[in-house]
Order: sequence, then structure tokens, then C-alpha cells
Amino acid sequence: MASPQMVMYDEEFRQINIVIEKLLREANAKVIFLVDKNGQLISGVGEVERFDTTSLASLTAGNIAATGGLAKLIGEKEFSILFHEGEKDNLHISIVGGRVILVVLFDNRSSLGLVRLRVKKASDELTIIFDGLMQKAEEKEKSGTTDFPFAEITDDDIDNLFS
Amino acid sequence: MSFINYASREINCKIVYYGPGLCGKTTNLQYVYQKTAADAKGKMISLATETERTLFFDFLPLALGEIRGFKTRFHLYTVPGQVFYDASRKLILKGVDGVVFVADSQEERYDANIESLDNLRFNLAEQGYDLDKIPYIVQYNKRDLPNAMSVEEMRVDLNPTGVPEFEACAATGEGVFETLKAVAKLILIDLKRG
Repeated sequence: MASPQMVMYDEEFRQINIVIEKLLREANAKVIFLVDKNGQLISGVGEVERFDTTSLASLTAGNIAATGGLAKLIGEKEFSILFHEGEKDNLHISIVGGRVILVVLFDNRSSLGLVRLRVKKASDELTIIFDGLMQKAEEKEKSGTTDFPFAEITDDDIDNLFS
Repeated sequence: MSFINYASREINCKIVYYGPGLCGKTTNLQYVYQKTAADAKGKMISLATETERTLFFDFLPLALGEIRGFKTRFHLYTVPGQVFYDASRKLILKGVDGVVFVADSQEERYDANIESLDNLRFNLAEQGYDLDKIPYIVQYNKRDLPNAMSVEEMRVDLNPTGVPEFEACAATGEGVFETLKAVAKLILIDLKRG
């Protein structure tokens, strides 16, 4: 495999949500998403029910991948921050710990400066959590104590999905 | 690379449809979208040109059901088939769990199929994947056309390793779900192995 399996556990999920909920309040944002670089939604807080989160996650990852490609073409490692300004709502997209994407949606009740400032602080906290998560997943894999539920699935389980 | 979320008890996998321009990748996804119950699918996104050629990708999220209490979700992507969009194709292969190669059965597209398959193998290798080691399916599309080559002929270059293969007519839906089920199954079996 090209990169290790992405895994999320309850404990880290709670820690991550605490950080992004705090960011939501402090940055006066409407919604915050965390997305895996492959386009899979990790978590979201705020007015999430108003948005198609799956599509947002996929397009955000595509966006980051495309700008990452542009960066490499001009000799940059990556563009770690993207900002999209709309008439009412704006998107601040940043890469956290080189691995996950933090998306902050905000309107004129906040400002780009405030969002940038708060995102920077939250990113440091998130990086620590994700580093720990990676380490935990690796240790579990090494020790063979994976509680992965798919190890015991049968062909029938798989067939039932399609029935 | 699938994403296992123990907190929300979900498992997410990425399937990429690859193949030469106009072979029917988008049509495969459109058919799956049309025939899937509303509660099992998300919105289909197509980043296409004004002439409906795929520019970046198509995306279709599907929820298949539960296995051992885990919701199983598949994210279907297509790549832009036209040769000059190679930079975009590479990006879409990132984190892939399974690949469907959609071949155009028309005789005049045979070289384009071979070129695209070589390109797939090369781009996967660049991302650190080996086509022979990941879940992989070949679909011979457009079987209904009069100028379609025989599967025996196509197999020689397009499926020398003998991976599961399906004949299809994506426009009418023939073979579309068979292909999807087969690749999803291979991915789950791969996950089971760990």
C-alpha cells in the first residue's frame, strides 16, 4: 500500500471535535469540516445539516490536490492555505499536519484575519492529535491487536450487502 | 486507502473508473446513480466541460449497507479520459482502493485502450501502487456496437493477468452493477486480509 490505513478511534474523535467546536466559536464560523486528503469526511461541526458534507469533502480534497499539483509545477511543496471569497460566505481551507484538510466556512460576522489567527492555533492542537492517532494505529498494527471488525467477515456477509 | 472510523462506525472506500476518452466511465456512474435508491446515494458531481467531457472527475457516493455494525460506503470516481488530462488523472488515483478499467470495445479505439491501460499502470506505480496487487476489474463496454471486437481478442492485451472481467453496455446498464459489485467485493476481501 502507498500509505498506511487511515483509522479513527472514539477517543481521538472526541478530542478532535472539542478542538473544532472551540474553533467554531472563537472564529465565529458557520461550519467547520475536517476532511482526509483522499476526500473522506472525518468530522464536521456547526450548521452541517445545511450542507451536502460528502460532496463538500470530495470537492475540497480535489481542490487541494489540484492546487498541490500547481504548487509542485512552480517548485513549491504545497499551498498550505486556500481562501475562496464569495458574496456572502467564504471558505478558508488549510492543510493540517500535512495530512488532513481543515475547512472553515464563515460569513461577514467574522473576518479572514480572525479565521486565520484561530485556525493557526487549532491546527497545532489538531496536528498533535493526528500524530498521536497515527502512532496509535501503527502500534496496534505492529502488535497485531487490531480490533478491525472486517477480519472476521464471511463471504456471506459480503454477498448480503448486494442482495 | 480506505478510512475506518470507529467513532461513527463507518468504513469508506474509493473506487476509480479508468479508461480512454469516451469509453463510458461517466455513463457507468450515471447508470448507477439512476438505479440506486435515494437513501443509498448522495449527490452525483460532474466536473465537466461545456461539451460534457469530464474535466476533473465525476463523483458518486454510495452507502451499501452494514457489515458487522459498520456502515459501508463506497466513493465512486471517474478520471478524465482524454490523454492531455494526465496530471488530473494522477491526482484522482490518490488513496484508491479499487480500480475498474473501462475498455471501449470498438475496433478503432483498441490502441487508445492499450495506451490508457499503460497509463493506468504507470500512474498507479507513481503513487506507490501495483496494478497486479490491488482490487482490479476489467469491463468491456459498448458490446452492443456493430464494430465491437471479440472479448477473446481484447483480452490478449487488456486482461493478460486474467482479473475478473465483464461485458457491458453502460448506456443501457447491462453489466454496470455486475462490475461495481465485483470490484466492491474484491475491496472488502482485500480489507478482510488486512
